[in-house]
Parts: sequence; structure tokens; C-alpha cells
Amino acid sequence: MKTIDALGVKYKELNEIIDETIHIDENITLNNIFGQRYVGRILPSNVKLTINGTPGNDMAAYMSGAEIEVFGNAQDGVGNTMNNGKIIIHGNCGDTAGYAMRGGAIYIEGNAGYRIGIHMKEYKEMKPLIMIGGKAGDFLGEYMAGGAIILLGLGLKKGEDLTGKYCGTGMHGGKIYLAKKAQEFNLGKEAVKVKLDDDDKAFLKKHLDEYAKYFKKDLSAVKIESFVKYAAVNKNPYKNIYHKL
Amino acid sequence: MLNMVPSAFKIIRDENKCIQCKVCVKQCANLVHYYDEEKDIVRADDTKCVCCHRCVVLCPTKALTIINYPLDYRQNANWTKNYMDDIYRQAQSGGVLLASMGNPKPFPVYWDKMLLNASQVTNPSIDPLREPMETKVLIGRKPEKLEYDKKGKLATKMPPQVELKIPIMFSAMSYGSISRNAHESLARAAEELGICYNTGEGGLNKDFYKYGKNTIVQVASGRFGVYKDYLNAGAAVEIKIGQGAKPGIGGHLPGEKVDEDVSGTRMIPLGSDAISPAPHHDIYSIEDLRQLIFSLKEATAYKKPIFVKIAAVHNSAAIASGIARAGADAIVIDGFRGGTGAAPARIRDNVGIPIELALASIDQRLREEGIRNEVSLIAAGSIRNSADVIKAVALGADAVYIASAALIAMGCHMCHSCSVGKCNWGIATQVPELVRRLNPDIMYKRLVNLVSAWNHEIQEILGGMGINAIDSLRGNKLMLRGIDLNEKELEVLGIKHAGE
Repeated sequence: MKTIDALGVKYKELNEIIDETIHIDENITLNNIFGQRYVGRILPSNVKLTINGTPGNDMAAYMSGAEIEVFGNAQDGVGNTMNNGKIIIHGNCGDTAGYAMRGGAIYIEGNAGYRIGIHMKEYKEMKPLIMIGGKAGDFLGEYMAGGAIILLGLGLKKGEDLTGKYCGTGMHGGKIYLAKKAQEFNLGKEAVKVKLDDDDKAFLKKHLDEYAKYFKKDLSAVKIESFVKYAAVNKNPYKNIYHKL
Repeated sequence: MLNMVPSAFKIIRDENKCIQCKVCVKQCANLVHYYDEEKDIVRADDTKCVCCHRCVVLCPTKALTIINYPLDYRQNANWTKNYMDDIYRQAQSGGVLLASMGNPKPFPVYWDKMLLNASQVTNPSIDPLREPMETKVLIGRKPEKLEYDKKGKLATKMPPQVELKIPIMFSAMSYGSISRNAHESLARAAEELGICYNTGEGGLNKDFYKYGKNTIVQVASGRFGVYKDYLNAGAAVEIKIGQGAKPGIGGHLPGEKVDEDVSGTRMIPLGSDAISPAPHHDIYSIEDLRQLIFSLKEATAYKKPIFVKIAAVHNSAAIASGIARAGADAIVIDGFRGGTGAAPARIRDNVGIPIELALASIDQRLREEGIRNEVSLIAAGSIRNSADVIKAVALGADAVYIASAALIAMGCHMCHSCSVGKCNWGIATQVPELVRRLNPDIMYKRLVNLVSAWNHEIQEILGGMGINAIDSLRGNKLMLRGIDLNEKELEVLGIKHAGE
């Protein structure tokens, strides 16, 4: 395990150091990360980064299989257009996490910002996942085209909704699982409530266990039966709005 | 509901010439022609005709003529046939009118209102047939100054450049919007010509990675097929912010065009709509654009120039300044006559500005700010011939993109029906039997012919000006004169009137 002190190191240099280091040791700890962008970008499988501090925007952009564990909060654009890999954030994260991600998983212990999972996709065996322990901001799963989002809503205040407005708006694929029913007015018109089947329950069980393991949380109060599943009305939502000349 | 829209075209079959061979019946994917067995004649349903000329060109006896449907409406300069027909259509379907290809309205074409200079007596003209004539250009950020070491070797580190033997590239058209065979033709032609073609936003098919050094890979808001290998496959990466045919709105490839191969290239599920949101949702400012530019530079080890493509709109000059400052290596400006596989007709016909005006004002703005060297400018949006290329370079372009012209070279007859997906020429379709009609072995050659011919013409025009390198023409507005333009237009274009 190699340790890199990132204090005062600019992102370009830091990423170059990481690129060089993975040839020596694929297991790297980064200390004193403070806002450096693009940490973990395009990194391949078998690389594991442990980040102590607050990584900057676009962490793990285009990532190709690496694993990143952040002890701290993450900023905007986590896992932007990520292809594969795993991200575990012991804290909150900013906006647009998982934008257009195609594979891999992002686990966020706390809350997440706006437009999480926007335009998430899936392709064959690649099925991305975003799991959020707390609440999410507006436009969760906007334009969602594949994969799954699980929102637990832990630690909500009384009467507080776990998702913001326009959840699943423009959705044309994928699934959103909310630990409890969202307010009707917060749902985008392209998302509909569908019944949980056994596959869904097994899927939720698996990832709840993962979450509990990663964040050392007792989730016995979270009941799988009370989850609500939303999916796209259809995968061609705008088919009938045009008149072809 | 009663269809109140009359036929657009009328098919005239010369019965003396028609031999009932049924080629037209077989060739028309719109099912216009049909054989009447009882009477042993071929008939046509005019209402289905889009005027793509496939039947006219292939008819062995040249028996077919297509004319505009001769139906007069009561004369009215305001309520013209087109506007009335559109109302019939929308009253019937309630749909947003969806059009294809570029803006067909009679707006001024400034290329046709600019005239070129040539040498007479002084600064003698050059004959490119016998003297060297350089049309090679390098696209990318240029350093402010060059420094050399004591041995005279270049000491300045050059930012990444794309070398084009001819200042013409094939503009972005995704696999999905056009066929695989059309893509292959463009890629092979680009390779032979020493230029680049652009993947568009639909990813890059595995079979085409071998054309990488002649490929510009595009990243649009949908991020289709974007991953590490894709970003590093081409000569440059282009961020698509906007498109001249539909500024401000996104794209939408309907699920029926997402077959196995398109789905694999875009890396999305089979039959799923491929929706590109109107904005990139990680870009709400120039600073955010900088973030994406540098994420792509990081992903490509700073070895690829990053282009940013915008539609020509009212404040393009200020936006271009921001893009240059955001770290882009080239700016692509797409004028309002640029083509599209599908765009809402009202947007295509009414949004954006001509490329000529946008290009001139952007070049001027970047010069005034002293940052013109920091980016290359690529003009797009209906470059129709070599004279348009020359005029674009004189207005400040480093290179141009052509797409409609390339499609026409492959047989497109501008029927404006790409979005329907039944292109009889095998271009804008994913229907296997239609795609097969486009033979890449032949079509790539036609593209090579077209661009080579333009290059010869460019060399002739340059020679006539007494210039032996296209670099010397860039932004050389003294080589242009306006004709039939008012003072404001001349001012924006930065040119004098003919006779001045």
C-alpha cells in the first residue's frame, strides 16, 4: 500500500503521480485531498484508492473498473460517465453523481445533491447502481435509461420527503427504489409506480447488506417490503409527439 | 381523420417509354410505385412520394418525371401553401413538426454575396499545376511565440494538433442517424484524403477503430459510447454543445433505429430511445465547460486537441471567447443552414444565424482580445463548394466541416425525409436491405473525388490570388468584397464593398 500526500499538489500532477504509482502498487492511499479534480479518472480494474479528505469535481470520471473509498464528502460529478468500478463515499456528495454512468456502483452514506443518476444507462451485463443512504435533491434519475437507484432516506426529519422534485422525469429505462413512497407531486410524469417482485426484493436485500457492511450501519429498521419501485412508463416516451414532414 | 394535405409531388410516367420492368416498384421504400397486374401497367401513389429521385435515376428507360404537384391555392402572400399545409398536419396529429436536413427558407446566403480577388499585373498569380501549393492545415492551439534552443531546435512545447492535408473535414453524423455503410464510406475517404471524419454522438463501432487517426470522436450530452478507449481512439475529441440546425435543443434517435449494431456502438439497450438532453447537465457555465474540457484532456493524457462545437447564435462571439479561455483547442461554429437527421421544423427554420456572420464576428472578437492563436476555428453549416471553403477561410476559418455535401456525393437528393428512416439511397436508414444499396467501395471513392476536386479548385483560386499557402489566406478579408450588401452587413463581415 502506497501513501501519497496530496497537500498542495495540483490535480494534473497528482493524477500523473497516481498513474505512475499504480505500476508499482495498485493499492494507494491519498491523504490531504482537498478539492483536486478528476481523481481516479479512467483508472482500470484492480486499482484501489483510499481517499482521506474532500476530492474535487468529476472524481472517477470515465472510470474503467477501479475502486475508490472516500473518507469525507465528495463534490459534484462523482463517477461522471463512469464505465465500471466501485465508489464508496463515507459522507455526502454533490450534484450530478453518476451522470451517464454505464456500469459499476456508487454507494453514498449520506445525502446527495441534484440530478443524481441523470442519464444513467445500461448495456448488456453492465448495470450501474447508485445507492444513497440519506435523501436526494431534485431531478433524481432524470432521463434515466438504465441501471438502478436505491434511496434509503435515513435520518429524515418528520414530514420530509426523501427525494426532491421531478424524480424520474424523462425516465425511459432503469429502476428507482425509494425506501418509502415519494410525494406524488415530486414524481416526473415519465415515472410510474410498479410492484416489487421477488427479483427486486433479492436485489434490494443484497445491496442493503452491502451498504450496512460498508458503512457499519444497522439497517434492521429498513423493511424491504415497504420499498416503492418506480420505472419508466415506456422506453420510447416521446414517440408520439412528432409529426414527420 | 381526413388528410387535408394535398400531394406534394406528381409522378409522370411516360407510357411510351415504360417497359413495366418494375425497378421503380422494387426501389421505392415509400411504396409509391405498384404494379397493376390486371392491366399490366405500373402505377404510382403520388401522395407517398418524397421526391428522392431514386426511381428517376434508376429507371432504365428514363420514363419517370417528378414535378411539384400542380395545385393552385387562392393567391395569398401571407397564407402560403406551406403554412396552410402545416396547419392541416398539426390539426390532424397534434404533433411537433419534425423536419430533416438544413433550413430551406430563402434567407440570404452571404457566400453568394461575396466576391473573391485575383492578382493582376502586381503580385503575379501562381499556377498550381506547376508550382507547390500548400493546403495542409494544423488544427489546435498555437503558442503565443516560438522559442528555439542554441542549436536552432524548437524549444517550445507544441500543444496537440490535428493535421489535415486539405482544410475540409466530414462533419458529425452519428451511426444511427446515418447507416453503417455511409459511415464506412466517410471513414475510408477521410483516410485516403488525409483528413478527418466525425463519429457524431453515437459512439464508434469496433470495426472502425482502425480509422482512428482520421477520426474525430464526439462527446455530446447523452455520452453515448463514451469511455476510455473511445476517447483515445481518434485524432481529437469534440464536445458537442449545439448544432446549427437545432440550437438549444437536444437529439433523439427513436428506438426503432437502435438495432443490435447501433445499440452496441452506443452502448445502450436494444430498441431504447437514445435521448440527448438539450444541455450537458454538468455544464451550466464557461467554468463548467472548462471542467469537461479538462476531464477529457485528463482522460486522453493531454495528447488530443479538444474541440467545442456550438451553433451560431446571436452572441456567438462572446461565447467563443469564453470557450477559448476555457481551454478548448478548436471551436466549431455551425451555422443555421446546417443539416440534421431530425429537428423540429420551427426551430430549424427560425433559430440561429448564418455561419458567414458568426464566423466573421468570432474571428474579429478573438483577434481584438488577442487570443485568436489559442484556438482554431472550424466553420460548418452548409459549405456547398470550394468557393464557399475559400470564402470561409478568408473570413477567418482554419478549416471547414461538410456533411450535406458529403451525403449528396453519396446520392442524397435532399428529399428532407431522413427522420422517417426509409432513405432509398441507403444513407439515413438502418433498414438492412436499404443500407445494402450503399456500396462503401464506390461511395468512398465518390467522396474522395469530391474533396480532391475541391482541393484542386482551392489551389487554382489561391494561385489566382498570388497566394501559395492556405495559411496566408486565413482571415485575409481584403480578398473578399461584398456585393448587394448594406453597410451593417459589410461591417459585421469585416469586408469592403465591391468597387471600394
